[in-house]
Amino acid sequence: MQKIEAVNDFVVKFANINGSGSASANELFARAILRMGVPVSPRNIFPSNIQGLPTWFEVRVTEHGYLGRRGGVDLMVAMNPQSWEQDVREIDPGGYLFYDSSKPVPRARLRNDIHVLGMPLTEICNDTYSDSRERQLFKNIIYVGALTTLLDIDPQEIEKLFGEQYKGKEKLFDSNLQALNLGREYARQHLKPIALKVERRDRVGDMIFTDGNSAAALGCIYGGATVCAWYPITPSSSVPEAFERYAQKLRTDPASGEKRYTIVQAEDELASIGMVIGAGWNGARAFTATSGPGISLMAEFIGLAYFAEIPAVLINVQRGGPSTGMPTRTQQADVLACAYASHGDTRHVLLFPEDPHECFEMSAQALDLAERLQTPVFVMSDLDIGMNQRLCRPFAWDDDREYDRGKVMTREALDAGTDFGRYLDVDGDGIPYRTYPGTHPTKGGYFTRGTTKNAYAVYSEAGADYIYNMQRLRQKFETAKSLVPLPVLTAARYPARFAAIFYGSTGPAMQEALAALAEQGIYLNALRIRAFPFQNEIADFIAAHSKVFVFEQNFDGQLTTLLINEAHANPASLVPVLHYDGTPITARFITQEIAERVARLNVRPLRENMVA
Amino acid sequence: MTYIAKPKLHHPSLAKNRVGFTRRDYEGKISTLCAGCGHDSISAAIIQACWELDIEPHRVAKLSGIGCSSKTPDYFLGNSHGFNTVHGRMPSVLTGAYLANRELIYLGVSGDGDSASIGLGQFAHVMRRGVNMTYLVENNGVYGLTKGQFSATADKGSRSKKGQSNNDAPIDLVTLALVMGATFVARGFSGDKAQLVPLLRSALAHQGAAVIDILSPCITFNNHSGSTKSYDYVREHNEAVNRLDFISLREEITADYAAGEVIDVRQHDGSIVRLRKLHADYDPTDRIRAMSYIQEHAARGEVVTGLLYVDPEAADLHRQLGTVEQPLNTLGAAELCPGSKALEKINAALR
Repeated sequence: MQKIEAVNDFVVKFANINGSGSASANELFARAILRMGVPVSPRNIFPSNIQGLPTWFEVRVTEHGYLGRRGGVDLMVAMNPQSWEQDVREIDPGGYLFYDSSKPVPRARLRNDIHVLGMPLTEICNDTYSDSRERQLFKNIIYVGALTTLLDIDPQEIEKLFGEQYKGKEKLFDSNLQALNLGREYARQHLKPIALKVERRDRVGDMIFTDGNSAAALGCIYGGATVCAWYPITPSSSVPEAFERYAQKLRTDPASGEKRYTIVQAEDELASIGMVIGAGWNGARAFTATSGPGISLMAEFIGLAYFAEIPAVLINVQRGGPSTGMPTRTQQADVLACAYASHGDTRHVLLFPEDPHECFEMSAQALDLAERLQTPVFVMSDLDIGMNQRLCRPFAWDDDREYDRGKVMTREALDAGTDFGRYLDVDGDGIPYRTYPGTHPTKGGYFTRGTTKNAYAVYSEAGADYIYNMQRLRQKFETAKSLVPLPVLTAARYPARFAAIFYGSTGPAMQEALAALAEQGIYLNALRIRAFPFQNEIADFIAAHSKVFVFEQNFDGQLTTLLINEAHANPASLVPVLHYDGTPITARFITQEIAERVARLNVRPLRENMVA
Repeated sequence: MTYIAKPKLHHPSLAKNRVGFTRRDYEGKISTLCAGCGHDSISAAIIQACWELDIEPHRVAKLSGIGCSSKTPDYFLGNSHGFNTVHGRMPSVLTGAYLANRELIYLGVSGDGDSASIGLGQFAHVMRRGVNMTYLVENNGVYGLTKGQFSATADKGSRSKKGQSNNDAPIDLVTLALVMGATFVARGFSGDKAQLVPLLRSALAHQGAAVIDILSPCITFNNHSGSTKSYDYVREHNEAVNRLDFISLREEITADYAAGEVIDVRQHDGSIVRLRKLHADYDPTDRIRAMSYIQEHAARGEVVTGLLYVDPEAADLHRQLGTVEQPLNTLGAAELCPGSKALEKINAALR
């Protein structure tokens, strides 16, 4: 029988029952490999449920640092009888199945083309522990122990991780170590060696291992947000929770214990965006975090902020829609909903982070952009980036960086007699000046409204005033192009007719696919879009290629629509390639799709058949 | 409404308050509401109260929702910032504004449709949180801007101008505010300025969630017989529980009353609300008693007005959150950004 052999390049998938404490054991496994200098990319695939349903944790071990999802499974750790059939089916031929053999499994439920490793985990736990919770939790550690033996993972690294986790809790440290060794010893004595191995390398460097939601929260801390208003919704809830955790450490006055931040858990998303808008109107930096259904609820308020020109930052951790959709699955399906959120002629600035590093950077930048442009700004993260730990470049901050508070008219300027028209374009960039409430006893006060007004914020239903305002808003959106992050080009080694456009969490899988395609002799230029409005570079890029594959994790090809609408791209040259089953897009999917399509495009059967 | 502009020049003999402003300095644009609208009387009472309290006009932020009532902030305190937000959601915007700068005085102006129908949820939650604000409901039981539909405060059995009868039970915002934890709850009548101005002054000085439900007849759509929100009906059924004087920190207490006639309530900032009792058994610091008192009188068809409840120990949201004294909107990168060294430590912990 074939045997998959690999060093530092394989996929281990853990099938567990949620609520069983497996998540921390699986994370321990992933971290131990990282500590050996070998990059890993873990993904949590979990149900919208607290206890009892199937949950999976996939760890990709990747010496080359390919952090996207590869597709396929080399070693399945099948700990959940509920999902057994599906889990066994998923293993690549020649791969390995590790399972709890306390109860015999009939041969019919196994496969002939995989290698089976049975370990009586329940039996071992029942013999060793009397407490039922201990039996459950240590079972996880015991299988991690067995895996370290099978895969040659250095147990010293796990011991160190235990030491960090259970600092000052000797008893817990000892009992965990004991369970680990129990698993190691069993595997050494009873299990046949396998051909998947981890070898120590130095490929992690100074990279950090964190999730996008924590990173976005930290970006809001560094970006100067002082007001966070939110409503719990998967997969965004850990953004405000991380904001609170970081703020307690980084924003509490050490002397008085007073807080330089506020967090309000609102009664719904309407209230949370209302609070953000109120705070933005009053000159504080404010943000909310939400997901698709929250965006739908916020729509009216988003239009108000657009038209009344109030800064607001929304971190949208996208999930599968429509409606409640797939709350614990990932998609990029809110692109259009956010680009045009609200009734009337609105359009909004979107930023597309690729990984936690960019979640940090773009959240901080969004706070600047929102104040500079006096408008809502969306950070379009998704569940794949937000809730999974990802290896990425370390966070960086330039201490000379100042916050861009935008055009704010001061008391001094008003006293000097400066003409103040709240909606007056004085600089030709479409951005007017604003005053904070309470600036001056007799000057600079104005009445903010969602109804139409003239350039001096006086109520007006005159057509000319409305047109002036709408055209100025369009001018402002043009200005935004020069402020938002530019796309990133990955140029092919040779001149290429074909190209790919992608954004957000598709990034890592795409980089890997490009390398795989190059090995097959297929060369593409690839452009990662990082923001909307689209800069001219994007339109030029599309025009320079005969076909551009647009990779999206949604069903409708939403970015493609936006490119046609807003970058005036030729629809005939755009080919949407869509991955929308709720799992993260894989490098194998991209490689296969491009290879097939390129082959079809290169073949010219008509001409070849026209013999004489 | 009138279309004649108000003169910009003020007569030099107009009296100035302690901060140097005349009463006219607290006015806004000319009202566009119907002549005789109760809401205009409320705007006049707000102007009077702010002038008497020596509040600098620009230190007030006026926020409103949508509707006739919510248009009024344009008609008073013209030098203050105002924000006409979306329908029923003013409380959240006000909350956010208050989080950003705790030093301003926040005045929320809403109506019965805005607060009791579309905005009931936000009305309830803003009271729970103890946002330091004065929340006015200009309550006429009817939708004015959309021409005469019942709102959720319309009494069961009351009749619309077109003769339809209202079948739905009314929402009593005063009772709801008490249940939800508002710490200053009053009801007034736009036609009784002598009662309304001291109520407003007390509410503006209150350091917590203050709400005044102000019956404010709609002259155009809800002032007919069969309405329970008309001028005549409210005058006939008004049952005031007390008359109050508001005494700010600077004022000397001069009036003298016999024991048992008055209650002095000292508020957090040291100001005193002095209540002259009209009903001997009414204690406005007893929340449970206030609720049953309102219900008992409502059952008799009486509209209880006056200061119904005050918690002198009210704590506002910022105190509960433990926020710094300095307004958050004045903090800069020096106070907010932890810097690159702290970030390097965070990076190290993530390896």
